[in-house]
Amino acid sequence: MVSSISHRGPDEFGAYFDDYCALGQARLSIIDLSTGSQPLCNEDGRLWISFNGEIFNYIELREELEKYGHKFRTRSDTEVIVHAFEQWGTQCPERFNGQFAFVIYDRKNRSLFAARDRTGIRPLMYCRHGDRFYFASEIKAIFCDPSVPRKLDFRGLDEVFTWWTTAPPRTVFEGVNELEAGHYLTVVNAKLSTHRYWSMQFPTEYDRDRSVDSWAEELHALLVDSVRLRLRADVPVGAYLSGGLDSSVTTALIKKFTDTKVETFSIAFHDKAYDESAYQKQMADFLGTNHHQVRCSLDDIAENFPSVIYHAEKPLVRTAPTPLFMLSGLVRQHNFKVVLTGEGADEILGGYDLFKETLIRKFWARNPDSAWRPMLLKKLYPTLPLSGARARFYLETFYKAGLSQTDAYYFSHIPRINTTTRIKDFFTDDAKAAIGDYDSIASFGVDLPKDFDRWHHLSRAQFLEVRSLLSGYLLSSQGDRVAAAHAVEGRFPFLDHRVIELGCRIPPWHKLFGLKEKYVLKKAMRAELPKEITQRVKQPYMAPDSNSFFQDKRPAYIGEMLSEANLKKSGVFNADFVARLIDKCSRLSHAHLSFKDNMSFIGILSTQLLLNRFIEQYTMPEPLSVEVFTVWKDESTL
Amino acid sequence: MDTRNDIKTFILENFMLGRNREELEDSVSLLDMGIIDSTGILELVEFVEKSYGVKIEDNELVPENLDSIDNLVTFIGRKTA
Repeated sequence: MVSSISHRGPDEFGAYFDDYCALGQARLSIIDLSTGSQPLCNEDGRLWISFNGEIFNYIELREELEKYGHKFRTRSDTEVIVHAFEQWGTQCPERFNGQFAFVIYDRKNRSLFAARDRTGIRPLMYCRHGDRFYFASEIKAIFCDPSVPRKLDFRGLDEVFTWWTTAPPRTVFEGVNELEAGHYLTVVNAKLSTHRYWSMQFPTEYDRDRSVDSWAEELHALLVDSVRLRLRADVPVGAYLSGGLDSSVTTALIKKFTDTKVETFSIAFHDKAYDESAYQKQMADFLGTNHHQVRCSLDDIAENFPSVIYHAEKPLVRTAPTPLFMLSGLVRQHNFKVVLTGEGADEILGGYDLFKETLIRKFWARNPDSAWRPMLLKKLYPTLPLSGARARFYLETFYKAGLSQTDAYYFSHIPRINTTTRIKDFFTDDAKAAIGDYDSIASFGVDLPKDFDRWHHLSRAQFLEVRSLLSGYLLSSQGDRVAAAHAVEGRFPFLDHRVIELGCRIPPWHKLFGLKEKYVLKKAMRAELPKEITQRVKQPYMAPDSNSFFQDKRPAYIGEMLSEANLKKSGVFNADFVARLIDKCSRLSHAHLSFKDNMSFIGILSTQLLLNRFIEQYTMPEPLSVEVFTVWKDESTL
Repeated sequence: MDTRNDIKTFILENFMLGRNREELEDSVSLLDMGIIDSTGILELVEFVEKSYGVKIEDNELVPENLDSIDNLVTFIGRKTA
């Protein structure tokens, strides 16, 4: 199992065994390089832990735990978790400021306790098969037991083609589960149960007297502290610099804590429509960083896409994780293991167009026949390459979907869902029958906070975006998985839970001021960033999609994966329908291909790659040599 | 030139990739049925302008002209008359 995920932590390998439990660890050494080896136990050897991630406030927690009499043998954050569990039991995750997934085994009562961070930065998968429980950072480790069934979960696939991700605990593999962000899990007397310990909570009423400057000041102070904590490492820390506001914020704040030049990393695209390198250079020059860049071509996307699917372990509807896979490779080439990024700012502080669209659609829905209300949509897309009337017609047609459903919990996401779900048109009758009447739209509406219906529409959209896209896609397929593929750890100052909780309290109108996104963040950072960055029109990060796979030098796997024989063998997509889509994609230039067609092609290709790699042509990874492991075998009685 | 047949063929080849062709009835709303989305409408407009040598004015970009095969045939007939 450890060998299958050795890419995540190639620095050290450890294992613990007794008659009931085995723990393994592939370590990426970042804190306490000398004594932080894992698995690790408490003083009397009763509790053993395997941990992936960081507890950034481990120094403060250690001081607190020492006051309670706990004795420490290492300087690691891992040992802090063990003692925190001894002290506070299952409530310990609430004390952690960090990004974590861990399992603690209690030898005495043969129970397990596992937990995952609040927003799902670090993955934790699990499975019960027969009388065994399996836990791992990635599903491929669980599949190392050949007796574990490897079967597609059609409902999970249906969720991906609705929300871009599955709704935990479901994955796209039947019987394999994902612990949801902000949850812990226990296994006691062979009974597994999960519990939520944290959730985003928005108020139903806001402080209308407090000024935006006051909020900005508090936000700035918290972001500074969040960055300070996330620079804790015994190895150098770099930063991603996209050319946008959020990574400029994090990089500018890193500068406060170091006298040496910050090393920054970014993606440049050959295709100018996606390229932001001019802004990246401007910001790198402004901050005086040592800047490194990887250039991504259409061929690069096609070549690396199968590896990305292998690491993501779920189908994708966009290729955007692929350049980030290349970027983590660049980071590793420069001998960096840790990077800070701006991920999370858009969700927490109101940066996405989806939020603006939601407010406009809500306003429009109050008078659906209004001719001028939908014209506000044109303000969101001033660069749309269409004449005035055509742009308006296009936007109105797209965004009027679901205008009568303002009470639906997913109102904000209806246009995105409508586009994504078209992929399901390509399902075979057998696939449709396997999904039956399962309602994927409802899957993220389970267990909503009790006041959800009374929240502001922006808050509801933010909550849903964090629960679905951020956790399951941006932090996973486009985050942890493609970074860990090259043994790189991302750290996210905007996802410090104190920043999130503050973001929830800030009134919606200070986040979206009219249609100006992240207004309070721009206020907070106005003294530290150039106006060209704070006033720049936001460019969403995107990568070239289906046209990457229709170039002259296209890799052979594309034809193989989408061949009639292969499609029929997999049985998920109708081969005739797929042939028509391929014909259209190869006939039309990228500029004329709709989101729907692009997503369908990427969704189908990625699903076929996934099925091929994990189900149809599955091969076990080469096991690591036993010599590389440090092994603890405990046969003593407690 | 058989306008109705040409339009139907264009829609089938470009927007019915994952749908059964029997679903394309002449009177159904192409938008409501999810056959054509917002990008598709623009593709359709471009096709009509190029194929029939007409210019669709801004005030003609309304569902009453474009949202079904019947509506399209009537609209093109009027424009080319």
